[in-house]
Amino acid sequence: MNRITELFQTKLHSVLNLYFTAGYPTLNDTMPILEALQEAGADIAEIGMPYSDPVADGETIQQSNQIALDNGMSLKVLFEQLKGMREKVQIPVILMGYINPVLQFGIENFCQKCQEVGVDGMILPDLPMDEYEEEYKPVFDKYGLLNIFLITPQTTEARIRRIDEISGGFIYMVSSASVTGKTSGISDEMEAYFNRVNAMNLKNPRLIGFGIKDHETFTKASEYAAGAIIGSQFIRVLQAASDIKTDVVEYIKSVKVG
Amino acid sequence: MTSTEQHKGQETAFAVNAKGYYGKFGGAYIPEMLHPNVEELQQNYLQIIHQADFQEEFQNLLKNYVGRPTPLYYATRLSEKYKTNIYLKREDLCHTGAHKVNNTIGQILLAKRLGKHKIVAETGAGQHGVATATVCALMGLECIVYMGEIDIQRQAPNVARMKMLGAEVRPATSGSKTLKDATNEALRHWINNPVDTHYIIGSVVGPHPYPDMVARFQSIISEEIRSQLLEKTGKENPDYVIACVGGGSNAAGAFYHFLDELDVKLIAAEAGGHGIHSGMSAATTFLGKPGVLHGSKSILMQTEDGQVVEPQSISAGLDYPGIGPLHAHLWDSGRAKFYAITDEESIEAGFELTKLEGIIPAIESAHALSVLKYLNAEANETVVVNLSGRGDKDLATYMKYL
Repeated sequence: MNRITELFQTKLHSVLNLYFTAGYPTLNDTMPILEALQEAGADIAEIGMPYSDPVADGETIQQSNQIALDNGMSLKVLFEQLKGMREKVQIPVILMGYINPVLQFGIENFCQKCQEVGVDGMILPDLPMDEYEEEYKPVFDKYGLLNIFLITPQTTEARIRRIDEISGGFIYMVSSASVTGKTSGISDEMEAYFNRVNAMNLKNPRLIGFGIKDHETFTKASEYAAGAIIGSQFIRVLQAASDIKTDVVEYIKSVKVG
Repeated sequence: MTSTEQHKGQETAFAVNAKGYYGKFGGAYIPEMLHPNVEELQQNYLQIIHQADFQEEFQNLLKNYVGRPTPLYYATRLSEKYKTNIYLKREDLCHTGAHKVNNTIGQILLAKRLGKHKIVAETGAGQHGVATATVCALMGLECIVYMGEIDIQRQAPNVARMKMLGAEVRPATSGSKTLKDATNEALRHWINNPVDTHYIIGSVVGPHPYPDMVARFQSIISEEIRSQLLEKTGKENPDYVIACVGGGSNAAGAFYHFLDELDVKLIAAEAGGHGIHSGMSAATTFLGKPGVLHGSKSILMQTEDGQVVEPQSISAGLDYPGIGPLHAHLWDSGRAKFYAITDEESIEAGFELTKLEGIIPAIESAHALSVLKYLNAEANETVVVNLSGRGDKDLATYMKYL
């Protein structure tokens, strides 16, 4: 069974998903960060595939993308690094990134490599739903990969229902209208939006992303969804880290238990 | 409104389809955060554009504010030189100095009808930024223009014009700090301000419906060419229409009413920079592959790994790593022929027009003029060159070659 599906069968609260950019801070940090995440008790690891033009991302993640590219990261290098990943890492792994590098790699080739190294799903924010259903979904299904879609406070109910139909694993609930790394904290407006979505009885669990950075925001988000995603703040932790393993373990402990 | 009414002209081979594609190119490759805004435009743009009061206001401003129709000028000495009949479509005489204002007027009228009271735009050379700041001043709307930090330094006069017009010019400091990055920042601004802001894209790029919407606002260029040619020559169709292509808005406007007139040869001039094999070029169809940037699938200059490559051209307005999806389709289908014109060739053509006709063209438009020497048009043929902008902004560059 897909590891994301399996996770949510046994755990539906306080699920912690950490985003980091492949090849950042240095090219070969990808596997050490994954191992540290598992050791620290993260539930899902989301690996960013760096891109030259990440329009949905704020400054922190943009810079990590640029540094990773300058370090020599590419999909080819990433799949090399992830070979043998499943001998060491058992938590679900998601690849997140923009569609163009995936298109150039070739959809079938990409999905095949994902299956080979043991990736469980994808977040491709600029892949439209119609194109996904017509051209991509059959290939994703063939290789046992789940595609995770985003919803925002502006996404209509009809569209959320359609996203719920074609999503797998979970739905990425963007907390507010912004690029990544902009917001902080959870407002009354956000609470109303989370409650509205919770009342819809969707088949997929939700993880809240954007604005989650510490124990307080993580705990709060977990009251309204199955858990939360931390991206920009974790990149800042990695940027300042003197020892990846120690600092990752310490940060995740601080998020989980305060 | 039915979908057939929505997509009038869909029976033609070169019109956008209901999903926003021209052949294999187009679509709306956008993050969910932009979806409500883009969908609002998709569902409303044609209906608004077709409203009588919109058309009345649009046509009135084009005539009395922009100065349309722009002349179709028979260039006698240039025609003698190339032994054919050359007409220049004088978009350089538009208010603000280029064709860009046709689109910004259309989009600001649309934005007002959508209830938006803030405008964001990107600009490369500053022409679109000035055209946007101009219509924002005209309509009393708040205006923010993103411009690459490097472009801000090399296009100081246009930065000053935008500021005088009341716009806030924000430097794009990410990536290569030029047009591509200014577009990224404008998109991010729109993501962060989804409710009250309209994004005025300056070219036939971006997610559907932008390429079609901008082409429609620029189509006045070919509409006028047809009636002016009929009046002057007794025939609506020329043998050739030549235009430069960065993103491709002036070319889309100049080609629009000739797309299905297959006897009219459509010629696009891309910026070859130092030459297409120099590594310093912006000739997208020569160097690019299908890819996705800024919300649509098109031809894109990129590495083998799908990272966008930084283009290079003497002309800031053509310094873009992609082309609009309509142009990708015209290239892919063979409907238009593409040339890559080097920096040096464009400067020569700029000086030639200045000396023969007393008209200083924008360096962008000089790329289109450079194609004349490759055309070998017959003495009885008619060639229309879209002179998309005037060269005042480029004087410092021209002076280096004097």
